[in-house]
Amino acid sequence: MPPTPAIAVTDLVVERGKRPVLTGVSTEVSAGSVTGLLGPSGSGKTTFIRAVVGTQKVKGGTVTVLGEPAGSKPLRGRVAYVTQDASIYRDLSVKANVAYFAALYGRDRREAMRAIERVGMGDHADKLAGNLSGGQKTRTSLACALVIEPEVLVLDEPTVGLDPVIREELWDQFRELAAGGATLLVSSHVMDEADRCDRLLLLREGRFIADDTPADLRAATGAANLEAAFLHLIRELEGAN
Amino acid sequence: MSPRITFITAGRILRQLLNDHRTVGLVLAVPALIIALISAIMDEAPQVFDQTGLILLAAFPFMLMFMITSITLLRERTGGTLERLMTTPTGKLDLVVGYAIAFGTAAAAQTAVAATVAFAFLGLDTAGPAWAVFLICIVTSLLGMALGLFVSAFATTEFQAIQFMPVFVVPQLFLCGLIWPADQMAGWLQGVSDALPLTYAVKALTEVRLNPEVTADMWTDLAVVAGAVVLATALGAATLRRRTD
Repeated sequence: MPPTPAIAVTDLVVERGKRPVLTGVSTEVSAGSVTGLLGPSGSGKTTFIRAVVGTQKVKGGTVTVLGEPAGSKPLRGRVAYVTQDASIYRDLSVKANVAYFAALYGRDRREAMRAIERVGMGDHADKLAGNLSGGQKTRTSLACALVIEPEVLVLDEPTVGLDPVIREELWDQFRELAAGGATLLVSSHVMDEADRCDRLLLLREGRFIADDTPADLRAATGAANLEAAFLHLIRELEGAN
Repeated sequence: MSPRITFITAGRILRQLLNDHRTVGLVLAVPALIIALISAIMDEAPQVFDQTGLILLAAFPFMLMFMITSITLLRERTGGTLERLMTTPTGKLDLVVGYAIAFGTAAAAQTAVAATVAFAFLGLDTAGPAWAVFLICIVTSLLGMALGLFVSAFATTEFQAIQFMPVFVVPQLFLCGLIWPADQMAGWLQGVSDALPLTYAVKALTEVRLNPEVTADMWTDLAVVAGAVVLATALGAATLRRRTD
């Protein structure tokens, strides 16, 4: 018997107003892996992510995380969500922000400082979050999630606008977390990040057009890189229509 | 609901407020200054000031709490922190009661400064005890907080939130007896006045002004205000949604 997936999504349908955003998508994410959720903006990435963390109203289908319904009470200490725009308090310092989220999970200031160091914000710990650059805000927001050492970490476009060096460091950390047994779901619209994932979900117009490992995707499409592989898939689909 | 998380939340909100030095200054100084101004305006009629100044002691924290709660909560909603909190162990009541504790503390500090100035330097006089005035002011400030919490659900920008002031706050101020005694208004308007919770805060204050002992009527009026606080808080908490579109 295969191990239970960390995230299982079956026939998920989400409508916003009358407009369908997700049209019955299904997938499974195995524990201890990094899964990339890729797709152009407007394809439904954020909606999918919000359904996984349980903040999205869904029309149909089921989303199960660690064996529990998404967003249910037992999951609130085990799943962390980093939103696209840094969800932190601008009128608090970096330290106060991370310490607050840490305290909600019964963790102390020392652990908060360690999370701040991990995202390379140690030198800015006493700065007000409102005075930080965009990338620094994102890293602070990430530290607020890392501090709780979640079993499932869901990140919506965490590397947008970041320095390439920091981006590299963050991806190393994502890999490290997964090696430690955590499950990561990371959305991105940057294709060069796709190769760092164990598995890729390509979302286009509300449905998955690919759900595979990077190597298999390249092999199946005969393309040299993932960008070309995705183009190939999209053309194939449009040709079929 | 968890008391631990409630207090952590209240601490975070107070820290946000304290980090904003200008707001702290305004919160503490402005009501005392305005009451001093009113006292100077009514220089020749200290008995009128005893009525108006007393009502203002409760009206200021009421307005202030309405404003800061509606704006801060709107920021939580639009800044994404509310959605984030909803994925943490924080319950809706933890958040709402956290707000009440934090802003209630701010209201207490504001009332303490304004009441000290009014009683000690401006000659404000009540027959009843000062602690009763203080208690009524705190409960009234929580009413402002609860209303602010509720209306923040209907505003999408801070600009809109501010414009809810004339809708939810100003009519209550006009009809509570601040500018004109309620029993001398048009009959139908007295009915409206009786339906507004701030009116009962003024009635309770009037009881303290006229009677040396705390009266049963004061407790009844205060209970009406407290009931409105609970109702508005429950409505406000109901507008916090874990799942949104």
